[in-house]
Amino acid sequence: MQTHYDANAFASLLNQLADGIAALVDLGKPFNVVGIRTRGELLSERLVPILQQRGAAEIGVGSLDITLYRDDLSEIGPLPLIRPTQLRFDIDKRPLILIDDVLFTGRTVRAALDQLADFGRPSVVRLVVMVDRGGRELPITADVSALKIELPLSQQVKVKVASRDGEDGIDIVGRS
Amino acid sequence: MADVRWTRKHLLSLEELSADEITFVLDTAESLKEVSTRSVKKVPALRGRVVVNAFFEDSTRTRMSFGLAAQRLSADVLDFSGKGSSVSKGETLIDTARNIEAMGIDTMVIRHSAAGAAELLSRNLKCSIINAGDGAHEHPTQGLLDLYTMRERFGRVEGLKVAVVGDIANSRVARSNLWGLKKLGAEVILVGPPTLCPRTFEKLGATVVHDFDSVIGQVDVINMLRVQNERMKSAQFPTVREFTKLFGLTWDRFQRCKKDVFVMHPGPMNRGIEIQSDIADGPSSGILKQVENGLAVRMAVLYLVSQV
Repeated sequence: MQTHYDANAFASLLNQLADGIAALVDLGKPFNVVGIRTRGELLSERLVPILQQRGAAEIGVGSLDITLYRDDLSEIGPLPLIRPTQLRFDIDKRPLILIDDVLFTGRTVRAALDQLADFGRPSVVRLVVMVDRGGRELPITADVSALKIELPLSQQVKVKVASRDGEDGIDIVGRS
Repeated sequence: MADVRWTRKHLLSLEELSADEITFVLDTAESLKEVSTRSVKKVPALRGRVVVNAFFEDSTRTRMSFGLAAQRLSADVLDFSGKGSSVSKGETLIDTARNIEAMGIDTMVIRHSAAGAAELLSRNLKCSIINAGDGAHEHPTQGLLDLYTMRERFGRVEGLKVAVVGDIANSRVARSNLWGLKKLGAEVILVGPPTLCPRTFEKLGATVVHDFDSVIGQVDVINMLRVQNERMKSAQFPTVREFTKLFGLTWDRFQRCKKDVFVMHPGPMNRGIEIQSDIADGPSSGILKQVENGLAVRMAVLYLVSQV
């Protein structure tokens, strides 16, 4: 199994995500893109220019910190620093594309959906992830995933985004 | 920043916190401030938890601020006042607190006239304890919100020159300010008459000054303490008029301050005694900002102690 995806592979996966989004929404009409902090937000920052190149007219860009909505805080080790949630626009009545780097148990997405409900009522919410690694604990599915691999619990997916990690790429680490 | 860990179940003082821990609380508060700008001003972080406000001393701001902070985190909030309770029948503090805790309390916010009351409870109860003021010892969330407000105004705390003015000896706000400011690298000048601002504070790293005018033009922040009416009759205290003349933030003094001086006051204010009204209400005043930020800071503290 391939365990490393370099910057070139990453770029083509990013384009696949943009293709997927273009199929989910009408680029000619306004929609919102919201990334889940940290890597989901960074991915959305990369996706937005690509979508704009493809003719997306009006995109609202925001980010969510779902820490306060988690149900598994006690299980994730040291308390993470909460970062601000930035949704400086009305999310009502428009499609909203929710973006994260890795879809695993589904608990993060559950928390994000709860949080979105506190901000408003999008006409539709779609989930777009870079990697779907299986292992779901909730009835949640991605509408678009660039990479779909079933991994054992012993393995981890690390998505690297240049703006934060110095380079683009995906690594699958741990014993298979 | 990433490897700071919050491991405290109680917040008893700023003396016990490290600079990194203080910054962690301030950063958390900064993120939580956003919650109060939403149309639904609530997050589910403490859903199903119970927070009790146990105030054995009077309070408006702190009590309401803690109550609202807990509600914004979806906790259930109970209120307890010393007045009109079994305390007046002679029940001890520990007994009262244990009985409240037995109802299934997760966090107790306590204000008490005795220094060390919060710590005493932290050693005798299982729930989290947050000190909301214990005698003349500390008022850590006031210290934190003051630090937050200064950081918000100047972008930093390090290097700021801060004058804390008034009845230092009897002030828990002064002590929490002193510890917090020193840890974050600010310079602290304590100003007051020798009876209320003894030189012993120099041992804690502060500069002690008995002449307000000698430092008025040098400081970035002036934190005016409340003149405690209940102490005005004591021999330590000059007459009100003399106090205002020597240590009040009057218009005349204010005009000799730095142009961008930041004026703070923990409330409740005695207008015309320690601070002139038009300064308190003017553009240099951070007094209402302090109250606003207090909410976010208390949300952060309630949240953090509940995760341990």
